[in-house]
Amino acid sequence: MSTKVVARAPLTFYERTYLPTILSGLKVTAKHFTDTVFRGKTVTMEYPEERWVVPEGYRGAPYLVKDQEGAIKCVSCQLCEFVCPPKAIRITPPGADGAPADRTNAEKMPKEFEINMLRCIFCGMCQEVCPEEAIFLQKDYSLTGESRAEMIFDKAKLLKLGGTHGGVQKWKHKLEGAKAQEVFPV
Amino acid sequence: MEFLQYLSPSTQFVLFSALKIFAVFGVVMTAVAYAVLVERKVSAWIQNRVGPNRTAPFFINYLPVIGPFLVRLGIFQPMADGLKFLLKEDFTPNYVRKVYFWIAPAITVIPALMTVAVIPFGSTLGTEKMVIADLNVGILYTFGIVSLGVYGIVLAGYGSNSKYPFLGSIRSSAQMISYEIPMGMSVIPIFLVAGSLNLGDIIRYQAEHGWMILKQPVAFVIFLIAAFAETNRLPFDLPESESELVGGYHTEYSSMKLALFFLGEYANMIASSAMMVTLFCGGWTLPFVTALSTPSSSILIGLLHIGVFFAKMALFMILFIWVRWMLPRFRYDQLMDIGWRRFIPAALINIVVTALVVAFLHD
Ligand code: SF4
Ligand code: SF4
Repeated sequence: MSTKVVARAPLTFYERTYLPTILSGLKVTAKHFTDTVFRGKTVTMEYPEERWVVPEGYRGAPYLVKDQEGAIKCVSCQLCEFVCPPKAIRITPPGADGAPADRTNAEKMPKEFEINMLRCIFCGMCQEVCPEEAIFLQKDYSLTGESRAEMIFDKAKLLKLGGTHGGVQKWKHKLEGAKAQEVFPV
Repeated sequence: MEFLQYLSPSTQFVLFSALKIFAVFGVVMTAVAYAVLVERKVSAWIQNRVGPNRTAPFFINYLPVIGPFLVRLGIFQPMADGLKFLLKEDFTPNYVRKVYFWIAPAITVIPALMTVAVIPFGSTLGTEKMVIADLNVGILYTFGIVSLGVYGIVLAGYGSNSKYPFLGSIRSSAQMISYEIPMGMSVIPIFLVAGSLNLGDIIRYQAEHGWMILKQPVAFVIFLIAAFAETNRLPFDLPESESELVGGYHTEYSSMKLALFFLGEYANMIASSAMMVTLFCGGWTLPFVTALSTPSSSILIGLLHIGVFFAKMALFMILFIWVRWMLPRFRYDQLMDIGWRRFIPAALINIVVTALVVAFLHD
C-alpha cells in the first residue's frame, strides 16, 4: 500500500504572527460571553430549583404499586427478594394465620416489605421478575435522608410513593371466567 | 492633623509609609481575592455557565433586591474560599525536603508583593505622593525583584521531591529566565524616550506627550506577551499545565501553602498590570482632562486619580483572564522559539531604532 502524502501548505507570514488565531479566539469567546451575559443563554441547569424532565423508561427507585381498585398487587412470593443482586429487599410474609390479601383470589400479601434504598442499585431485576407486576422502577432519582434507618422504605411508604399501576388483573379475569362456568378454582 | 507638625520629618515619613503599606497591602489582597472571583465568573460566562452564585451570608436576607443579586454575582465567594483555605488540612508528604518545601510558597509571594512598592498608583493625596517608595531606579528594582519569584517555583519543584512538580519547575525556570530578557529589553526604549527610570517621571512624560502605547507599540506587545509568560498564564502556563503535569509545581501542596501560590500568581498579575498601566497607558492620568492629568492637592481629585489607575489595571486583569480562554497552550519548543528567536531580536531592533530616532530628533 502506498503512502498518501497530504500536501501541507506552508503558513503565510500573517498566519505565523498568530494574529488570525488570536482574532478568531477573540471572536468566539466574545460571542459566548455576550450570549451568556446579555442573552442569558447558559447551559447550566441550576439543580435544586430547576430539574430535568425524566424520560419514559427511566430506572429510578423501585416502589410497590396498587391496582385500579386500590388493592395491593404484591402476593409476597419473595421472588424479588431472591433475585435482588445487592439484597436490598426484605419481605416478611404473613405466615399461616396472617391477614388475607385485600383482593380476591390472591392468597396472601406481605406483612412487611422493606427496600433499603442505600443498597438498591436501581437495576430493575425486581420489576423483571415480579409475576404480579407489583413493583416498578419509577422516576425518583434523588433520595435523601438524615439517617440510614430513614433510607429503609417500608411497605406503607413504598405503596404511597408507588401509586396506582393498573394493568391486566389476571386473577380477576380468571375469577370471572370461572364464575361464568360455575367452577371455582380456589 | 495638627499633631503632625510636631513630628520630625523622619517620623512623618515612617508613619505615612506604614499607612501606605497597609493600605496597598489591603487593596492588593482584596484585589487578589476578587481577581479569583472575576476569573471564575468570566470563565463561566465565556463557557456559557453561571459561575459561583450560591454563597450567601446570613445577613443577606435583610437586603431585599440587592442581596440576591449580589449572591448571584458571587460577591461573597472569596470570603468563603479564604476561610476554606484556612481550615483545610495542611498536609506535608513525608518524602519532601521539608525546609525548601516550607520556604517555597513564601519566596513566591514576597517578591510578588514587593514589586507593588514602586508603583505610583495615584498622584498625591494631600501632600503625600501616592507611591510607597519613590525610587529613581524604580524599574530596575522591579525587574530585580520579579526575577526572584522564579526561586519560589524552583524550590517548590525541588522540595516536593516528586516528578510532576519537578518537571513543572524546570519548565518554569527556563520560561521565566527566557522571557525576562525580552521583557527587560522591551522597556529600554521607554526610558530612552522619557529620559528617566523613575516611574513617576514616566507618567508625567506621558501626561504631557501622549501615552507610550502609541509611541512604542512594539515594546508594548513584547512586554504584554512576556508578562503573560512571566505570570505563568495561558497560553504560557507550562509550569502548571493541569492536563499534563497534574498541577505542576504546586501538585504536592495543600491548604494555606497552596493558597500562597495562588496569591503569588494573582499578585504577579496585578503587579504586571500595574506595570503596564504605568509604563504604557499613562498611569493615573487620563488624556484631554487637565484636572486628571496633573497632580492635584485636592483630596477628591487625588482619589479620582487612584480610581483611574485601578480602573485601567482592572482592564488589564480582565485581558489576562480573557486570553486564558482564547488560546491553547504553546508547545515547549514553540515557547522557547518565540522568546529567543522572535522577541529578543524584535526588542533589540526596537531599541536601536528608538535610539536613532531619539538621537536625531533631539539634536
Ligand atoms: S432495583 Fe435491583 S437492587 Fe433495587 S430492589 Fe430491585 S432488584 Fe434490588
Ligand atoms: S413484589 Fe412481586 S416478586 Fe416481589 S414479592 Fe411481591 S409479587 Fe413477588
